[in-house]
Amino acid sequence: MIKYIIRRLLLLIPVLLGVTFIVFTMLYITPGDPAKMVLGDTATPEAIEQYREEQGLNDPFLVQYGNYMRKLIFHGDIGTSYATRRPVIQEISQCFPATVKLACSAMVVAICLGIPIGILSAVRQYSIFDMITMVFALIGISMPVFWLGLLLILLFAVQLKVLPSSGYSSFAHMILPAITLGAQSVAVFTRMTRSSMLEVINMDYIKTARAKGQSEKVVILKHALGNALIPIITSVGLQFGTLLGGSILTESIFSIPGIGRLMVDSIKMRDFPVVQGGVLIIAIAFCFVNLAVDLLYAFVDPRIKAQYK
Amino acid sequence: MGENKRLKRFKEIWQRLSKNKLAILGLIIIIAMILIAIFADFIAPYGYDEQDLTMAFQGPGNGHLFGTDEFGRDIFSRVVYGTRISLLIGFVAVAIAVVIGVLLGAISGYYGDKVDNIIMRLMDILLSIPQILLAIAIVAALGNGLFNLMLAVGLSSIPHYARIIRASVLSIKDQEFIEAAKAAGSSDLRIIFKHIIPNCLAPIIVQATLGVALAILTAAGLSFIGLGIAPPTPEWGSMLSSGRNYIRDYSYMTMFPGLAIVVTIFALNVLGDGLRDALDPKLKK
Repeated sequence: MIKYIIRRLLLLIPVLLGVTFIVFTMLYITPGDPAKMVLGDTATPEAIEQYREEQGLNDPFLVQYGNYMRKLIFHGDIGTSYATRRPVIQEISQCFPATVKLACSAMVVAICLGIPIGILSAVRQYSIFDMITMVFALIGISMPVFWLGLLLILLFAVQLKVLPSSGYSSFAHMILPAITLGAQSVAVFTRMTRSSMLEVINMDYIKTARAKGQSEKVVILKHALGNALIPIITSVGLQFGTLLGGSILTESIFSIPGIGRLMVDSIKMRDFPVVQGGVLIIAIAFCFVNLAVDLLYAFVDPRIKAQYK
Repeated sequence: MGENKRLKRFKEIWQRLSKNKLAILGLIIIIAMILIAIFADFIAPYGYDEQDLTMAFQGPGNGHLFGTDEFGRDIFSRVVYGTRISLLIGFVAVAIAVVIGVLLGAISGYYGDKVDNIIMRLMDILLSIPQILLAIAIVAALGNGLFNLMLAVGLSSIPHYARIIRASVLSIKDQEFIEAAKAAGSSDLRIIFKHIIPNCLAPIIVQATLGVALAILTAAGLSFIGLGIAPPTPEWGSMLSSGRNYIRDYSYMTMFPGLAIVVTIFALNVLGDGLRDALDPKLKK
């Protein structure tokens, strides 16, 4: 198992190198002179030239990339914000907790609602509950995050005045954003759990479990769910990417000071080092989540675990 | 496959699809949307940028079916014209993604080895960035505007198509009809375009249908945060974005563009699901 984890960690290196290369290239081809951005429009051509020389902006592309990587690896330095003149890493680490908090609470909402509803739906296939659930799940999948957010604000903040519409400091503040961001995942998990449970629920070993007098609860939760879990976990892993992406929109709706909002503001101010840093951090986070999901497989399914012993 | 055989297969697929009521509903909605987009000039009672400040913030009714916005523009007309923009973005973005993705996937699967390794590792890297984030990064690099938005959304979804095609190429590449084509002296290019791609169409069609939905959502999301299409172009996402400033007093402004998005996405999703079941009966028990 340890060997497998190490191998997977090593495999991350080329992927992360690739991500930094793509992100760096994007910034490089972006029109606009960084020196002019930093020094402003009033700077003299000599001052701009001097800055370019100092910052290595006149070097060839690959040399610049090499310098960028050297700073990233040895100093954790991913550039300086044009707007605030502070290191990008500082800006981002300030915003990171809010995004993590948002994504995780949305995931909790999605798992706590989606999986139980999916199980119930499968157990009572074709019941009224099942039909209503499936209709809602279909609508949920088609619902854009940003519109759902506005509707929830309209209902709970404007009409009923029971929940705040912006900020993220307290539990009450997190309710609407977490539901907004998590709703689509609830729908995805419900559908996935239902179809995955339906696949195993008529298997022989379920009949055996019932025949030997096991209680229905144990049959469903242990025998059926245990075997239906792999596709569910896969979709949880895939959904994390959607959540990280969706948090950009959710943060903007609820004015949550996370990485998403930082990036959007930075794009508008053409503060590209921050944008670059944001993409990089989220991509790294996403890679590690994927790794964690793969390791979880081994934990859930002894057949997979056996392969890596 | 001969013409007759192809027709017969098409009929079979249509029969299976037509049994799925939801999918047919989706198909009807999509056709209606396409007609609305084409005939927007005749359907919309006002121009999409026709301002009348004396008529600003009129609620639904009174000659304005969906009400008017902060500039007195007719929201119904803007939603109608928005259909044109959204469908255009959806179809063009997916077309970009399909063309490049299919080519890369086919080359990757057909040649295998080093080529395959390089292309697929590149796709893995792109997949490790969430799609909307990749689109944001591309828009940030290229700048705002309709074409850049389509390009950003299209480029960011290439890996999905490349992967699907590669998988189906791998599954048919060793079959006899490919070997026969090779023995008959067909060039690689001919084999890829004449034999391999036509035989991988089913998964592409399904993915493309769902992909249009995703592209429209992504584009509307980008416009919503101000990175897509700027006003006065009537894009649903950017209409929502300006409507949210007035949500406390004129909430109807955020209703109709959102509803238009949900209906479109819903239709594309159920149609895509239905097509998947109809094209691949093995999957459906």
